[in-house]
Amino acid sequence: MTVYYTKDHEWLRVEGDVAVVGITNHAAEELGELVFVEAKDAGTEVAQGDSVAVVESVKAASDIYAPVSGEVVGFNTALADDPSLVNREAEAEGWILKMRIADAGQLASLLDADAYAALIG
Amino acid sequence: MNAPLMRTPLHDLHLSLGARMVPFAGYEMPVQYRAGVMAEHQHTRAAAGLFDVSHMGQVRLRARSGRVGDAALALERLVPADMLSLKPGRQRYALLTDSQGGIIDDLMVSRLDDALLLVVNAACKDGDLAHIAAGVQDACTVEALSNRALIALQGPTAGAVLAGLAPRAADMRFMDVAEFDVAGVPCIASRSGYTGEDGFELGMPSDGAVCVAEALLAQEGVAPAGLGARDSLRLEAGLCLYGSDIDLGTSPVEAALDWSIQKSRRAGGARAGGFPGADVVLAQLRDGTSRHRVGIAVDGRAPVRGGARLFADADGSLPVGAVTSGAFGPTVGAPVAMGYVGAAHAAAGTALFAELRGKFVPVTVAALPFVAPGFKR
Repeated sequence: MTVYYTKDHEWLRVEGDVAVVGITNHAAEELGELVFVEAKDAGTEVAQGDSVAVVESVKAASDIYAPVSGEVVGFNTALADDPSLVNREAEAEGWILKMRIADAGQLASLLDADAYAALIG
Repeated sequence: MNAPLMRTPLHDLHLSLGARMVPFAGYEMPVQYRAGVMAEHQHTRAAAGLFDVSHMGQVRLRARSGRVGDAALALERLVPADMLSLKPGRQRYALLTDSQGGIIDDLMVSRLDDALLLVVNAACKDGDLAHIAAGVQDACTVEALSNRALIALQGPTAGAVLAGLAPRAADMRFMDVAEFDVAGVPCIASRSGYTGEDGFELGMPSDGAVCVAEALLAQEGVAPAGLGARDSLRLEAGLCLYGSDIDLGTSPVEAALDWSIQKSRRAGGARAGGFPGADVVLAQLRDGTSRHRVGIAVDGRAPVRGGARLFADADGSLPVGAVTSGAFGPTVGAPVAMGYVGAAHAAAGTALFAELRGKFVPVTVAALPFVAPGFKR
């Protein structure tokens, strides 16, 4: 299983032709306790860099951008009742959505774990 | 070019407490500490939160005659509140209005033995100072107290905490003002705040601020709280944020702040009118307004934020107003908001829809505040 990262603090795990997408531990810590998480409806086609979900803290809403182009195929329904699961397990059980990857070639434009670690210092 | 951010006397203390600092009204201010907005909010409702509000403007008005009542009368030229009846040792909420009846700023006015002490919003203070000076300088000296800090201690245990350091605090009721030492520092205390809880705002010389803050933080149950919690607390308490909920485009009557215009300043009162925009405001008091500030309860879990448009129907074809402040309310346990709606849709319980990311979510007009106040009357 390969995990990729973006400069906007999303992570993406490839499972066949599906990408599991979430926000990084670093992002979750910066945002503070989340009170609401919502993704685009299943079936929605998004281009790389489009807003594909929103995470909200007490204070503010933040967009989550699609790390690659594709079709939304699932949402982590556990977050509907317990959005702070993202704060506790951002890079595991707190995943946000699944996308069917339209163009696997876009994965090459993402960061690996070392590059992301260097980015956040 | 941006001017460098100013710092309050508690800057180093904030950093040592793990604050995340953000620019706010020209100052570098703590938006939260390590506990986070949610925990700081909850702690303030359960015990006591300590807030640095030193960025706010403190202004002293002294009558040239030496009689404080003359300063109060002069200030009435600029605000619709009754300032003359404000007794020594008491505080009152007031609004600076413009000639159209718009709101230049909202402020707290304390009557001391020898002067009026005003606390105004940080982002407005330079403009307020010039406006106030122009309005009253024939009768008063107007002095910006830029070398004073302001610390708020808010929450149900604030009274016991402060009384432990300054016994006279125990005798104060809501909106009382008193002068006493805290940790050896001379303070001007008001029993008021911006959270809907019991609590105090303590003004003191800047060089004593760290001493007072550390003394308070050393008491059991006191934890620092940042601007993030301050905002969600005031929103649940139904209190306006200048620049969001009230501004030059909103009148005191539209903003449902008509309670701050006492009888003496209304039609038929002893000193009716006589403030900027009085013709507009008094006519609105008589005839009503076409829109009102109201609370907005959100049915789902998705916060509805400032700027969201409000509709009478689920298709978004009948616009009735807009949200001016919105957040998740940690005490309410649901999103809370306030905004302006047309008079026909302003009754509590009215079902409306808010536009949220292209969808229309059900909301309900709600009575303010969302959380019952804890004031010590």
